[in-house]
Amino acid sequence: MSALEPSELDRPALARGRSAADADLRSVSAAIRRAEFGDRLRSLALAAPLLVLLALSFGIPIVLLLSRAVYDPTIAHALPQTSQALSGWSGSGLPDDAAFLALAADLRDNQARGTAYELAKSLNARLPGARSQVLKTVRQLEGAGGKPPLEVVKSVPFWSQPGTWTAIASGTHSVTSFYLLSALDLRWNAEGSIERVPPSQAIFLQVFLRTFLVAAAVTLATLILGFPLAYLIASAPKGLAAILIVAVLLPFWTSILVRTAAWTVLLQKFGLVNDLLLWLGFVDDRLDLMYSRIGLIIAMTHIQLPFTLLPIYSVMRTIPPSQMKAAYSLGAKPFTAFLRVYLPQVFPGVMAGCLLTFILCLGYYITPALIGGASDQLISNFIANYVNVELNWEMAAALSFILLVFTLALFGIFARILGLDRLKLV
Amino acid sequence: MKITKTRLLALAAASAWMTIGHAAVADELSIMASGGAWQDAQRKAWFEPFTKETGTKIVEQEYLGDLGKVKAMVDTGNVPIDLVTVETATVLQGCDAGILERLDYSRIAPREKFIEGSALDCGVGLDAYGDVLAYDPNVLKEAPTSVLDLFDTTKFPGKRAMRKFPAQNLEWALMADGVAPADVYKVLGTPEGVDRAFKKLDTIKKDIVWWDAGAQPPQLLASKEVVMTTAWNGRIQNAIDKDGAPFKIVWNNQILEYDMIAIPKGAKSPDLAYKYLAYISQPENNAKLASYITYGPVRTDAAAFVAADALPKLPNAPDHLKGAYLVADTEFWGDYGEDLVKRFNAWLAQ
Repeated sequence: MSALEPSELDRPALARGRSAADADLRSVSAAIRRAEFGDRLRSLALAAPLLVLLALSFGIPIVLLLSRAVYDPTIAHALPQTSQALSGWSGSGLPDDAAFLALAADLRDNQARGTAYELAKSLNARLPGARSQVLKTVRQLEGAGGKPPLEVVKSVPFWSQPGTWTAIASGTHSVTSFYLLSALDLRWNAEGSIERVPPSQAIFLQVFLRTFLVAAAVTLATLILGFPLAYLIASAPKGLAAILIVAVLLPFWTSILVRTAAWTVLLQKFGLVNDLLLWLGFVDDRLDLMYSRIGLIIAMTHIQLPFTLLPIYSVMRTIPPSQMKAAYSLGAKPFTAFLRVYLPQVFPGVMAGCLLTFILCLGYYITPALIGGASDQLISNFIANYVNVELNWEMAAALSFILLVFTLALFGIFARILGLDRLKLV
Repeated sequence: MKITKTRLLALAAASAWMTIGHAAVADELSIMASGGAWQDAQRKAWFEPFTKETGTKIVEQEYLGDLGKVKAMVDTGNVPIDLVTVETATVLQGCDAGILERLDYSRIAPREKFIEGSALDCGVGLDAYGDVLAYDPNVLKEAPTSVLDLFDTTKFPGKRAMRKFPAQNLEWALMADGVAPADVYKVLGTPEGVDRAFKKLDTIKKDIVWWDAGAQPPQLLASKEVVMTTAWNGRIQNAIDKDGAPFKIVWNNQILEYDMIAIPKGAKSPDLAYKYLAYISQPENNAKLASYITYGPVRTDAAAFVAADALPKLPNAPDHLKGAYLVADTEFWGDYGEDLVKRFNAWLAQ
């Protein structure tokens, strides 16, 4: 309580007494803090190697990689003179000749430094087709002889198209929203406002939605399969429970790649699952299980089952059977007893298991690549494509960033509904 | 004095050891290729004879052809490979991103001796392969006469397999829609042209099974999941020659492409890498690969050295260039590849 509060000024004596007591209390707590400080320092020192390792191997690389989503200085570095010449440009129509001259000088500098290719690639990411035009202009500038640079640049029609200079001008800002917007199927239009990209190019929102739907479907499937199984294990006699637990854990210890490959053998057109369904007469014609959404969900459910089941099981084990019996003896019907006595206690485990599975599903890569069809690829497959094949790490970082934000938001909602302390992760 | 002498001796010994150590490393050439029957063929045609001739040991590695791995090596400054085999579009990408070395052709072979488009700034051609159509005559009673028969579902009903990638498919779609081979890339460079190509692909979309790996087309034909498939000619020929498969290849309207090899920036033995490039680029050596896999030489003067029984099976054999064919435009795919891949993926998901 502060000495300046009006109520205390009205009663100075009391205030003095109170503040003296406060001061005593403060000195005691300060002493405790001092005593604890040493302990805290020591425990921090013990944890320091781990924290440093985490920061170096986990935190910093993630931040560095994600920063690529908004920080791309390639064009600004490569075109310093052009950036300056464009600073006064209105943004519509063509800039004046000074900008063309600056561009010619910058292009020649890039050729001398050997960075022309990098510039071409970076510009191409924003303006498809720019790559060969930049390189062509560079080559023409080199072999121009006595031809003035302005004429050379103007002789390439590409530099007189309206979109070109808009792309260059937006590229001269090192901090860019281009990649993050692209990751959400958005872009800046010529009027300077944000708009949706045409439907034929819109893809990522759809893939994000697909990723969340597949994750939700798999989570639900593992819950439907895992809950009764967890109950069975928790209530089975010791020997049987051990066997059942091993049965659950055994595939859990097998590599995800091996399990996925096993499912491709089972699910293919002339595979065991189709043979069985046909023999039992459930279907008249062989089903296309491979390269389909249903096959993907089946395989992912199998892989994720232990992640949902184990937290539920660990909570169920702690609930004494006597509680349900007590509920019956007090007149509850089995379903009411389950709903009002058992379920509320298992709920944290259920939420923990579902959250674990859901978040892990968001990052699935190998299984969709091998079992999913063309329209079953999840967001990780696109991130991998940008990293490995397109070498567009900025776009990969932007997609990763959006995925991280969605995941954290979801985690936040879960935590808000349930309270983090009630989550029981195994 | 005595101590100094001992130290000098130790130093001398250390430097001698390092020189020996260095020499041992320098006599190894590390090549990363994309595995399978193609790498086996390279081993027989080039790796083993090169070792025999020069004493340089070749250490082989395999990868999936994704440049991300090479980029990570170059970025971290630890490049354990001296040469890497790549696709043409990947050469452009790697060149732009500064992860492949600009080649000095005076140390390899005269650049004008290569077929046009097979000697690039950062990569030199290894062989020419064809994107062709393959079918099983036991299944298709009437023989297709052109790759473009992919789009004729009334005459050839049934599933057809195509590579899950926009390149080649868009070109074929335009040609099937009446665009002359010479104009394909001009049309495809316009938004209307891209729309037109996708519209044509729309007409057979429900009949397409997509393949990713080169080994899939022969499997899809053999298991009768499809009645016809696009493929790399070597994979089909391999199935015919080695497994006795009854498949037939349609060459008319094939698309010719080149396999490339490149030196990553920061490679440990660039001199040896150049020596190897010069070796395989000699016309008689360049022609040798055809004896082990049916991919043709890229040197214009190598045809004379190709084994007589291999020649008729090559994509660039004179007989196979009599009909219509298209040479893949690397520059075009360098420009529009990323954009079209994105559009293609969006189209697939629709």
